[in-house]
Amino acid sequence: MTEIAIETRVTRVADRARALSAIAVADRLFHLTTRTAAIVVLIILGGVIVSLIHGSLPALRAFGLGFLTSQAWNPVTDNFGALPAIYGTVVTSLIAMLIAVPVGLGIATFLTELCPHPLRRPISVAIELLAGIPSIIYGIWGLFVLAPFVQAHVQPGLISLFKDIPVLSTLFAGPPYGIGVLTAGVILAVMVLPFIASISRDVFATVPPVLKEAATGIGCTTSEMMRHVVLPYTRVGVIGGVMLALGRALGETMAVTFVIGNAHKVSPSLLAPGTTISATIANEFTEAVGDVYTSALIGLGLILFIITFVVLAIARYMLMRIEQKSA
Amino acid sequence: MISTFFTRAAAAATALAAMAGAALALDISGAGATFPYPIYAKWADTYKNETGNGLNYQSIGSGGGIKQIKARTVTFGASDQPLKPEDLQAANLIQWPQVIGGIVPVVNLEGVQPGELVLDGPTLAKIFMGEIASWDDASIKKLNPKAKLAATPIVVVHRSDGSGTTFNFTNYLSKVSQDWKTKVGENSAVEWPVGVGAKGNEGVANNVANTKGAVGYVEYAYAKQNKLTHAKMVNAAGKVVAPGLESFQSAAASADWAKSPGFYQIITNEPGAKSWPISAATFILLPKDPKDEAAAAEALKFFGWAFAHGGKAAEELDYIPMPKTVVELVKKSWAEVKGADGKPLAH
Repeated sequence: MTEIAIETRVTRVADRARALSAIAVADRLFHLTTRTAAIVVLIILGGVIVSLIHGSLPALRAFGLGFLTSQAWNPVTDNFGALPAIYGTVVTSLIAMLIAVPVGLGIATFLTELCPHPLRRPISVAIELLAGIPSIIYGIWGLFVLAPFVQAHVQPGLISLFKDIPVLSTLFAGPPYGIGVLTAGVILAVMVLPFIASISRDVFATVPPVLKEAATGIGCTTSEMMRHVVLPYTRVGVIGGVMLALGRALGETMAVTFVIGNAHKVSPSLLAPGTTISATIANEFTEAVGDVYTSALIGLGLILFIITFVVLAIARYMLMRIEQKSA
Repeated sequence: MISTFFTRAAAAATALAAMAGAALALDISGAGATFPYPIYAKWADTYKNETGNGLNYQSIGSGGGIKQIKARTVTFGASDQPLKPEDLQAANLIQWPQVIGGIVPVVNLEGVQPGELVLDGPTLAKIFMGEIASWDDASIKKLNPKAKLAATPIVVVHRSDGSGTTFNFTNYLSKVSQDWKTKVGENSAVEWPVGVGAKGNEGVANNVANTKGAVGYVEYAYAKQNKLTHAKMVNAAGKVVAPGLESFQSAAASADWAKSPGFYQIITNEPGAKSWPISAATFILLPKDPKDEAAAAEALKFFGWAFAHGGKAAEELDYIPMPKTVVELVKKSWAEVKGADGKPLAH
């Protein structure tokens, strides 16, 4: 009787050891697999950077750092410069931010503080849907609807309104093309609006209710409470969201190339046609004949990569900080 | 029971293998110019119905087509911009013109009907240089004494992507304007002095259609399909001509194909009272020593069939078939495509 009991215990212990070691092996395998997956991402990123640098070497050798400041873009003489594309990329994104940040914050404020409950869901869903519209649709809409509208009803007014004011007259100098830097900025603003609105809404929701109640308790109006309590508390997160949107605006291709006019020029007027880095690459890569031409386009890609990488890194860092704060 | 299953499976497998073999042996692929894509696609469709052999054509642009055929990744390449004889020699390719089209200036002007506006080369060059900035300019009025031209600012629309259309258009402007030749030059992409860029023929067509006072240049087929206001041109003989089958064909016929090695002919500004000044041929490129002989032979068969039976389809899509005399010359040149045994592949 006891012998049998001892025997079964021995086999049980052996079973347990075997099971445990099997679990340990599975655990280690799992650990290895996930770690490999993570390293693969780093390798891909490194590979992209290396191939971009390698591809842009011929252009960098031919033009040196002057590539960044030259305005030439002449496939006939193989003379290329990145300035018009960089300028267009930065300016369109800035216009987009100028429009989308106030509107996006307004939407987020309305949704978290003022919106009647039954309306909250539909408005939120509508904003998420804006983000889901493919960029090519924005481009077509921009070309067929927005640009002719802007040419007929907005730009003539802007030109005549500012024509006597020194700085603004150059910013809004005609003729009204309809397509141009300003129109591209407006399209981008609509495209990045959902990012700013939904991220801001989420970070506004992290504000402890007790702070808001205290503000209301000492007699703050809603706008004062937003300005002095909610925005200071969530500043880092909001900036992070804006940066994320900016990263998207910088890299947007299809919608922009439809409405920006694709002209390699740095023009002080916002109504003039311009170009962006991604629009240039998308337009010209298939037909770029010759090594220097191709390499100049890859060089543009490298510049865009660096710009967006820096912007997104800052955005991530800020969002990380707000998460730590709310935790 | 089991044995019947096996015989059936074996039969099915052989049938599959045979089908796959057939598909592989006659799979011809091409890549290049976007301009002839509609007609090549239509020909390929009809050809497949008649012979069962398929053609896969990717319209990635002339530059891409030249790159791909030089790398031998496709059976044939297609380009609106002919390669110079020495480049053909270096890449060991032959080249011939397959079909002709015309490039037309299109405008968006209120109260001006299609074919009403007349332009000549030097004026067109000045417009695209930005030297003529308004539609009521004296030089435009001189060509159009009867037209009502308001002081609308001219919005120049050009291609933003590299294209054979741009090559032929700028080649014409270089021929008629010394100024254009020295300042801008001819290429599939150039440094445009003024204007907005739009992607593809369809992009230029849409931009012109949507922008008041716009002027652009597109393939004739796009002008016709989008019902754009096309201009008439003064040709090299000093005559005013309208774009169309007759004027494109006249330009093609007046070119001296027989004396041009590699058919290197750009048929802009051709002589002849009826010639349309901005006509363009689109070319096919084929290796003289193809890796896949069966595919190359099939490609030659396909293009021969297109020369013989594809004319009507081409005209329906507003392309012009090559004149018969030129087709004879092209077919003679195919003898240069040889297999590994040194025998010509064309039949």
